[in-house]
Amino acid sequence: MTINRREFIKANAIAAAAAVAGVSVPAVASNLITSSDITKLKWDKAACRFCGTGCSVNVGVMDGKVVATHGDIKSPVNKGLSCVKGYFLSKIMYGKDRLTTPLLRMTNGKYDKEGEFTPISWDQAFNVMAEKANDALKKDGPEALGMFGSGQWTVQEGYAAVKLMKAGFRTNNIDPNARHCMASAVGGFMRTFGIDEPMGCYDDLEAADAFVLWGSNMAEMHPILWTRLTDRRLSAPHVKVAVLSTFEHRSFDLADNGMIFTPQTDLAILNYIANYIIQTGRVNKDFVSKHTNFRLGETDIGYGLRPEHPLEQKAKNNGKTKGSSTPIDFDEYAKFVSTYTVESVSKLSGVPEHKLKELAEMYADPKIKVTSFWTMGFNQHTRGVWANNLVYNIHLLTGKISTPGNSPFSLTGQPSACGTAREVGTFSHRLPADMVVKNPKHRAIAEKIWDLPEGTIPAKPGYHAVLQNRMLKDGKLNFYWVQCNNNMQAAANINEEAYPGYRNPKNFIVVSDPYPTVTAQAADLILPTAMWVEKEGMYGNAERRTQSWYQMVEAPEGAKSDMWQVVEFSKRFKVEDVWPEELIAKKPEVRGKTLFDVLYKDASVGKFPLSEIPEDRLNDESRDFGFYIQKGLFEEYASFGRGHAHDLAPYDRYHQERGLRWPVVDGKETKWRFKEGSDPYVKPGSDWDFYGHKDGRARIFALPYEPAAESPDEEYDLWLSTGRVLEHWHSGSMTQRVPELYKAMPDALVYMHPDDAKKRNMRRGDLVKLISRRGEVQTRVETRGRNKPPIGLVYMPWFDASRLVNKVTLDATDPLSKETDYKKCAIKIVKV
Amino acid sequence: MKNLNLAAIASLLVLAVSPIMYSLNANAADKETVNSVATLRDATPIDVQKEPNIIPKVINKDIKQGRNYPMQPPVIPHTTRSYEVNKNNNKCMSCHSRHRTEKSQAPMVSVTHYMDRDGNFLAEVSPRRYFCNQCHVTQLDAEPLVENTFVDMHTLMKQKTTSAKEH
Repeated sequence: MTINRREFIKANAIAAAAAVAGVSVPAVASNLITSSDITKLKWDKAACRFCGTGCSVNVGVMDGKVVATHGDIKSPVNKGLSCVKGYFLSKIMYGKDRLTTPLLRMTNGKYDKEGEFTPISWDQAFNVMAEKANDALKKDGPEALGMFGSGQWTVQEGYAAVKLMKAGFRTNNIDPNARHCMASAVGGFMRTFGIDEPMGCYDDLEAADAFVLWGSNMAEMHPILWTRLTDRRLSAPHVKVAVLSTFEHRSFDLADNGMIFTPQTDLAILNYIANYIIQTGRVNKDFVSKHTNFRLGETDIGYGLRPEHPLEQKAKNNGKTKGSSTPIDFDEYAKFVSTYTVESVSKLSGVPEHKLKELAEMYADPKIKVTSFWTMGFNQHTRGVWANNLVYNIHLLTGKISTPGNSPFSLTGQPSACGTAREVGTFSHRLPADMVVKNPKHRAIAEKIWDLPEGTIPAKPGYHAVLQNRMLKDGKLNFYWVQCNNNMQAAANINEEAYPGYRNPKNFIVVSDPYPTVTAQAADLILPTAMWVEKEGMYGNAERRTQSWYQMVEAPEGAKSDMWQVVEFSKRFKVEDVWPEELIAKKPEVRGKTLFDVLYKDASVGKFPLSEIPEDRLNDESRDFGFYIQKGLFEEYASFGRGHAHDLAPYDRYHQERGLRWPVVDGKETKWRFKEGSDPYVKPGSDWDFYGHKDGRARIFALPYEPAAESPDEEYDLWLSTGRVLEHWHSGSMTQRVPELYKAMPDALVYMHPDDAKKRNMRRGDLVKLISRRGEVQTRVETRGRNKPPIGLVYMPWFDASRLVNKVTLDATDPLSKETDYKKCAIKIVKV
Repeated sequence: MKNLNLAAIASLLVLAVSPIMYSLNANAADKETVNSVATLRDATPIDVQKEPNIIPKVINKDIKQGRNYPMQPPVIPHTTRSYEVNKNNNKCMSCHSRHRTEKSQAPMVSVTHYMDRDGNFLAEVSPRRYFCNQCHVTQLDAEPLVENTFVDMHTLMKQKTTSAKEH
């Protein structure tokens, strides 16, 4: 029923007049229902499905449907708040086009790479998958198999997948989409501290005197952390906020010192600040001498492109030595950064000298507690690991680290990029708890915990995300399973490096998703997938907080969780199908068993009975497999980190808590790592102890500014930066199906400076083409609104499935982290 | 009508050239709408560009939209173009703050907005709620690409009261 305001007032006036006259009018408006058995909602806690902030939300269920969601008052992260996406979580599962049956490309009832998507049963789907996986194994061995997972997988899903790929199929070709977002942060942590993930926590937000945002638009991408930062800035007037970016965005609304710099020159600005601290005599000498040492890093390391690319041919040190460094002393370091003067850096970056000085002084002043935040501006950077190293340098030179408010803080993009991708180790080079496949001791530890023979886990790191697409195209990776991400929309250079590989006739591509995404469209087999509170799971957020939730509603009939799919698929393989005889000979009792038996049921994963699941709880996967599988997967995984500075609490406790920050030792979480008194792993009497490195010291790296892989020239005369928006999560596969979010931000526009538009004879709303050396995309021009790029740079978000900006972007990566630089490539724009 | 025909012809053409359309086989015809692939792209092939529609206008009718559940932040039923919300100004509050609503007749911000992180009421709107656009968004005049089948709790309750009466 639609009723306008006038009609509404009129109707009510009649009712009021009738009431005065003592006449009863039939009630048209609804009565209030008060009976408690009808109005009652079942409320439960869950981690938000979206970003790395890791808000806890309360989910209201009625008659098997999610009917409401709101921010959890009891959660220390968000204290009752959600952002607009979080408030609309209730609707993400109810897009009308939810997938409910496997779909296989078929012609005349048979699989055909060029066929049409045809509904098949799960049994048929696993049959064809097993056949294709076996074909690839027989033909080219385990390296022909690969999986692309997610920082949105639950902890258990990621762990089940790692175990199947690395121990079952014996390939390290598994990588998460977190490679696109966090790999440089990981590289930075490992290099500087020898152990991954932030030392600080969100409590820093209420303790800091100054905040610096480096390539992070928190106002849109971490909205709830932004509310905490805003709360601090506005309620404590002495607090200052500096924001650095290559274009003006919403976070500048709160900036005391907003700075627009030329892309890539952040490296120079970081070195200038270090130089300023040294030149003004504000090095914290006591801290530096006790807790750090200095290294000179390798330079000219290339751009992670294909080896035949001219840039790689030109680079001197893009081989094995690219991550190496040599010890230097403080004086050599001081000399190294001394060329980064305010004059030269201002000229290079375009940031006025006084703004640079103001920024540097904030870090240098020993009385100011500084928290630095960064996200994709640093990480999606061909020198992303360096950028991470360089910001740690500043905090280490001043000793502003690991104490409340003094915090170099790498923010994660995805809800479990930390929990699943990093901690579980779903990367092609990793194992759980920061261990790596290259290290024989680490493999031995994993093989022992998994009760598998020595030599099960291959030593060679597998294909990382970008390499997976290249290997698909080259026909080296032939059986490929994509779960919980939308890489045909998210990967850079789709035209040249993604689409050809998916459609390569040699390859069989499986895509698991709740919805028909662009990636599903490129697949050969689509598996309908259960999501979020349709399953039990855990996420780990950016402050090391691990959170769990129960299954609250049934998935649509036919849809199954990622974890169920992985584990159920493992039943299709006998050990002798996938392992060589000499390996089986080391443990003959596995002969005849399935991978399901060896990896899950008979391993410690299978030891928790169904009786441990509260009776009133759904748990479709466990009830199907016959044991409490989420608990089993978690407990086995947790045994990797307990006693090794990655301690997690017992599983059941997470159902009681609004998450806990690891390491959880003696039942207590850890807020600030590496500091005596707050981190139980710190050696008594050491004050600070960077125990990730054997000498207990953090590394300060001398690393230079080096140019971007591709910069604007005469023909391709604009920088293109891509990114996200507040209203949509990543590729929009969930949020574009929520009408309110869709209508708030329906299309990805290209944000341009009005002068740049005018120069090209364009106006707001004009239909244009963005063209790079790799491809083109059409959209419309936006010259006003939330993003205000400087002349010479444009911004286009990537959430829009019908305007694929990644047809244009360049797949250059940081050679150390293998993470793509989505923030810099050269394009031109023409009117259509 | 003319436009409609053109659209129909265009979609037929897409059907004909696209190798990746959902198969209309007889035993699954009822699932057609559920399982059509690439709904957000109108099933446009990946190597083809769907023509971008014009930028829709912001709905500016000042008519309140219903909420999906009580805690949903209401959407903004008017344009907010050139509204400044920064550390010096908050234009939204010039109509929606408690002491301005009598004049503006705009809805007052929710009482929850006066609470700090620990649930204590402040004399003014809490700074943690300062940036209105983190939760409240305008709506553009765009037709959603995919229907959403979310059911309002009110509908469920009504069903239950009706069925209770019938028994």
